[in-house]
Amino acid sequence: MISVRKVYVSVDACFDTEGQVLPRSFVWEDARRYEVDRVLQICRAASLKAGGVGLRYTVRVRGKQTHMWLEDGNRWFMEAK
Amino acid sequence: MDRMILHCDMNSFYANVECLYHPELHEKPVAVGGDEAQRHGIILAKNQEAKKYGVKTAEAVWQAKQKCPELIVLPARYDLYMQFSQLAHKIYARYTDRIEPFGLDESWLDLTGCVGLTGDGHAMADELREAVKRELGVTVSVGVSWNKVFAKLGSDYKKPDAVTVITRENYREKFWPLPASDLLYVGPATTRKLAAYGIHTIGQLAQAGEPFLSGLLGKWGGYLWAFADGRDISPVLADGSQSPIKSIGNSMTTWRDVDSADEAWLVLLSLAESVARRLRENGFRCRTVELSVRDNRLSWCGCQKKLKTPACTAGELAAAAMALLREKYVFERPLRALGVRACDLVGMENGLQVSFFGDARRQEKRERLENCVDALCGRFGRGAVTRMSLLRADIVQESDPLTHDVHPIGYFGR
Repeated sequence: MISVRKVYVSVDACFDTEGQVLPRSFVWEDARRYEVDRVLQICRAASLKAGGVGLRYTVRVRGKQTHMWLEDGNRWFMEAK
Repeated sequence: MDRMILHCDMNSFYANVECLYHPELHEKPVAVGGDEAQRHGIILAKNQEAKKYGVKTAEAVWQAKQKCPELIVLPARYDLYMQFSQLAHKIYARYTDRIEPFGLDESWLDLTGCVGLTGDGHAMADELREAVKRELGVTVSVGVSWNKVFAKLGSDYKKPDAVTVITRENYREKFWPLPASDLLYVGPATTRKLAAYGIHTIGQLAQAGEPFLSGLLGKWGGYLWAFADGRDISPVLADGSQSPIKSIGNSMTTWRDVDSADEAWLVLLSLAESVARRLRENGFRCRTVELSVRDNRLSWCGCQKKLKTPACTAGELAAAAMALLREKYVFERPLRALGVRACDLVGMENGLQVSFFGDARRQEKRERLENCVDALCGRFGRGAVTRMSLLRADIVQESDPLTHDVHPIGYFGR
C-alpha cells in the first residue's frame, strides 16, 4: 500500500443559515493557502489510507478533485501522498 | 408473516478501529491489550492477521507474543470505541427504531417494517454492511433470520464482512450441525451436562425435545430447546426503551498482590467509592452487593449479599463486601484482583423503604455526606476530598485504571 499521511490543516469555513459548514480555503503543509473552488459532495466516510472518520467533503481545488475530512466536528484533515 | 431480524456484529471491533487509525499497520498482526506493567496484560481483541497465528482473546499478552513474536499490541481507547459504537447505531437508526444493542459491538435490528419497501433481507443486510464499511471504515458481519437467536448465530456463521441469511428452509442444514455451545446461553457447564446425554450439536438439542430438556436443565432447558428449534419469539426492544443499566461494578487488578484483610479493605473501599459514585450519578440504590475475588493462581470466586436497606454509599457497600470477604475467604493465598458490584438496583425517585430496625436518619446523613463529597470533587477535581485511610495506602494507586463495567439488561432482563 502506498504510504499516505494524515495532515491536519487550518481551514477557513463558512457556516450558512441552514447549519451547513462549507470550507472556503485551507493552509497546506507548505504554508500556502489554497482556495476551495467548489464543494462537490458531502457524506460520512472513513479514510482508510490516512486513518480516520468524519464528514468527507469532496472538493475541487485548482481544478483538481480531492477530499477534506471534518473530524469530530472540529478538526480538518486531508490525505498527503 | 415472518419477522425480519438482523444481527450486526462489528468484527474484531477494538482491533479494527485501531487498525483504521494506524494505516501503517495494514496487514500486520495487531491486538488491543491491557497494560502489562499494571498487570492488566491480556488480549482484548485481535485482527484477522493475528487470528491466523492463533492469538486468542483473553489470553495473556506474553502468551500471544510467544505464538506471534511480531504481534503489535496497542493500548485500549474506550472513548474511541464508544464513539464508533454510537456512529454505527446512528447508521442502524436510518432503517429502524427497533435497535437493541448487545454490548458495544453488537445490535439486533428489527426490519420487518422494511420488507414491503425492499422485500429482500439479504439486500438490506448488504446495504447496511456497505454503509458501515464506507462511513466507519470497519467491517460488520450480519445475520438475517426470523428470530433473534438465529440472527445472532448467522452473524457468527461467516466472518468478516459477510451476510448470512437463515430461512425456515435452510436452518436445519446450516445450524443443526454446529456445536451446541455456539448457541446463546449454552456455557461450559451446560455443554458438559448436555454432552453427558450425547447432545453435542444444535440439531441434537432441538431433537431432544422440550420435556426431556426441561427435566434436565429446568426452565432453561425449555428455552434452549426453543432457541435450537427456531421458536424464539422475543422481540427486538425499541431504541432507548430499555433501562441500560442492570448493575454497576468495578474491579481492580492491583499492582502487587493483596495479602491481608486490612489491605483488601482499602481496595474494597476505593472500589466501593467509585461504584457508589456511579450509583448516585445514575440515580440508583442497590439491594444486593456482589464481591468477586481472584487469587494469585487466577482462580475466581464470586458471592452476593442482600442489604437490609437499599444503599448507595461507599461505606455501606464496602462494609457489605468486606463482610462477604471475611465470611468466604481465608487468606491461604494472596489476592490478585478484587471486584465490587452493585446489583438489584432501585431508582432513587421511588423513595426509600426504611428498615424497622435500622437507623434511617444515619443512612440519610451518610448519603448527604457522600453527595457533598461528590459535589466538591465535581467542582475541584477528583481527589479534592479523599478518605484518610486511602491517602497512605500504596496498594491503591491513583493510576490504577478501574474496569468500569456497566451491564446492559440481558436477554431475559425484563
